[in-house]
Amino acid sequence: MNALLSLVAVSILVALAWVGGSVASLRSVFGIVVPAAAVAIFVVGLAARVTRWALTPVPFRIPTTCGQQRTLPWIKASWIESPWTRAGVVVRMALEVLLFRSLFRNTQAAMTAEPIPAAGQDAHGAAPAARGLRRLVYGEEKWLWLAALAFHWSFLVVLLRHLRFVVEPPPAWVDAIAAVDGFFQVGVPVLYMTDVLLLAALGYLLLRRLVDARIRYLSLLQDYFALYLLIGLVGSGVLMRYFVRPDVVAIKELALGLVTFAPVVPATVSPFFFVHLTLVSVLLAYFPFSKLVHMAGVFLSPTRNLANTNRMRRHVNPWNYPVKVHTYEEWEDEFRDKIKAAGLPLEKA
Amino acid sequence: MADQTPSPETLTQVEYRPRAKNWLDPHVEFRRGTFCYSALPKSLKALDLPNPREWQPFHRDWKLPPDWKAIILEGMKDRLDRFRSFRLFMDICVRCGACADKCHFYLGSGDPKNMPVVRAELIRSVYRRYFTTAGRLFGEAVGARELTEDVLKEWFYYFYQCTECRRCSVFCPYGIDTAEVTMIGRELLNLVGCNINWVLEPVANCFRTGNHLGVQPHGFKDSIDFAVDELEEITGVRIEAPINKKGAEILFVVPSADYFASPHYYTLLGYLLLFHEIGLDYTFSAFASEGGNFGLFTSHEMIKRLNAKIYAEAKRLGVKWILGGECGHMWRVLHQYMDTMNGPADFLEVPVSPVTGTRFDNTASTRMVHICEFTADLVRHNRLRLDPTRNDKWRVTFHDSCNPARAMGLLEEPRYLIRATCRHFHEMPENTIREQTFCCGSGSGLGTDENLEMRLRGGFPRANAVRYVHERHGVNLLACICAIDKATLPPLLEYWVPGVEVAGIHELVGNALIVKGGRERTTDLRGDPFEREAPAAEEEPVHA
Repeated sequence: MNALLSLVAVSILVALAWVGGSVASLRSVFGIVVPAAAVAIFVVGLAARVTRWALTPVPFRIPTTCGQQRTLPWIKASWIESPWTRAGVVVRMALEVLLFRSLFRNTQAAMTAEPIPAAGQDAHGAAPAARGLRRLVYGEEKWLWLAALAFHWSFLVVLLRHLRFVVEPPPAWVDAIAAVDGFFQVGVPVLYMTDVLLLAALGYLLLRRLVDARIRYLSLLQDYFALYLLIGLVGSGVLMRYFVRPDVVAIKELALGLVTFAPVVPATVSPFFFVHLTLVSVLLAYFPFSKLVHMAGVFLSPTRNLANTNRMRRHVNPWNYPVKVHTYEEWEDEFRDKIKAAGLPLEKA
Repeated sequence: MADQTPSPETLTQVEYRPRAKNWLDPHVEFRRGTFCYSALPKSLKALDLPNPREWQPFHRDWKLPPDWKAIILEGMKDRLDRFRSFRLFMDICVRCGACADKCHFYLGSGDPKNMPVVRAELIRSVYRRYFTTAGRLFGEAVGARELTEDVLKEWFYYFYQCTECRRCSVFCPYGIDTAEVTMIGRELLNLVGCNINWVLEPVANCFRTGNHLGVQPHGFKDSIDFAVDELEEITGVRIEAPINKKGAEILFVVPSADYFASPHYYTLLGYLLLFHEIGLDYTFSAFASEGGNFGLFTSHEMIKRLNAKIYAEAKRLGVKWILGGECGHMWRVLHQYMDTMNGPADFLEVPVSPVTGTRFDNTASTRMVHICEFTADLVRHNRLRLDPTRNDKWRVTFHDSCNPARAMGLLEEPRYLIRATCRHFHEMPENTIREQTFCCGSGSGLGTDENLEMRLRGGFPRANAVRYVHERHGVNLLACICAIDKATLPPLLEYWVPGVEVAGIHELVGNALIVKGGRERTTDLRGDPFEREAPAAEEEPVHA
């Protein structure tokens, strides 16, 4: 149901964009107003969101330690997984953000279908439990990590490649990225690896939500929506690059117009491009209000970006307030006779 | 084991494929064995907590205050503004599901709402409905739910079915920590008086008497004196164990189970013997007679209220620094909260071992050292005479307790001590130890008998790994540094892996420790005879 509804929603967006790109009077709305508004919403919305997080205090230093703490000099401490220096925290965060370190740990647990009895007596003659029980076994599970990594990195590369549409002349490094991306020189126009990776990764991420009963159970409408939106976005781009071949010069004129605040909508810009542009716009406008803000949020996660220096340096809680405690004096007053009888010292005899 | 407890065969009939389509329906069945009883009104009154009354989770009417909904929503807003963790974790989860099968309660029960992502969604759905525009507009279509009594009951069920162990947060690509969500969830429940007795009675006791068990000063002294007598019987050495001694160099704080429960007690004997041997100038406090802090399972404010006595007693007694015993959640509080809440400890000195001269710069601010850090330093400097053959009958594995592992990073010191005091040490599989360790299933105040089925389920992944080393290496002792582990793992292992006992690290130290004077020891701290093997045992040499 969630999967279907969000597919319908994205389909409607595509249809709207197509109409917007086909009806002359709407072309400037979808070609100029919508993207401009989307960028504004993205910038303001994301800034507001991040500001809100940043202004919310971090009352306690709560790193999740994933390695040995720094204690005695002869014990090898894990400077990245349980960092006590700024460099350690930076590297830990970098591994998290650039390589998805934590996701890389992923395993998959399964219960054996049949009970497995103990494997008889061992070398030491110890008697193992005779009872055969089902067992938990764990396997490697790197697909999610791989797909996530493929998606995010490819998306970044594709984004950078797009700079050639909004910068004239395109910087050399953008051409270099494109050259590497098209390294295999397959077909005309040259096939970009990242296009294939993007579609494959998105396909996998969608499929696991649809097929795996557990992931389906916890997936919400917005989880599918984001995926369909991205698939639509990438799909329309791929369609234009490899199959439809719209007027790229006109598209670049429109894009340059947008970024130089001198918008124009050339007559030869294809409705296909309007679909692409509208989906980008929706993505941008949706971004700050959705789970996609994890892109910014990951940097602020207190279990990852704080050093495990809890006992070395004091962490101050800005709203630390006095609480009602039970004092020693109250305690002594209540138990005075018993303390005395037990022969323990008293403050007030 | 109570008669109604299902057999291990029954409990392992776990299905990981959810039956329901989604998690939106909040209805919960409070089935016997899977939840904890409510807190007694007297405990709430003793602590000035709201809405003391007689009620039980399985009653239809929870006797909530008339404006309960406003209280919860106001409480949420307040906490969203005070905890970046809470606000961020409400906003950024992408529901990738990496955490799903990392939770011991999910693995043991198959209940899909025990997947950490869904546990958080239970509260996130209310956040969406009342604090986001999309949620207000689209409601359940986007996973936003009205706050109803059923939702509150569901919160109660699942936030008291999370042990705040942080295992899921190790695997989360954004470090979302369900412990943080559960802690806030429980704070909110506490605002309307929905708390459990196994947490609040210890809290009330601790507030008044200084320790969870409600042991009064004379009782405390009796327990310590009894331990001193017992040690004399075992070793022939008469030791001293000072209490409330002003001007001692070190204040020693332990979880109260150490002097009142078994097998914790043998660890206490180990500490006492060790301190005697090195001539440590220390004192217990009969008021700071609890390092554990069930406030952690109640609210941030309650952590602070119970923790205050530690520094207060250190100051009153005029010690230089503080040493802490073996306990898991106690060390979460001491490591991550105490200094912030009740510091600065500027009246103390940076801890220096009086025996080795080692300065514990890692505690330069908090000025409290973990006993394993302290003892590891002694061993490293060859200040202890140890005879590991005295532990020959034990084939030992080490269970990392959640909090020392994932909220502190105390991984190597206890292992170093095991290798120095035992000759047979076998690690459990890699993804079940260190930062990936599995909870005992009874932490965070859930270790009560009426909750036994859920505890056994939650403890299954841990027991499953113990069973592996038990069968493969004949492991018969699980060593750990957590009082809750020591209390709850013995029945758990008896159920899942009979033949494996539980001990603290300092019990093993106390067994191996050769003390000056006294007579030739023939028994370990449990009073059982040593069973030494030939010095050239067929497998590992001494690792010390």
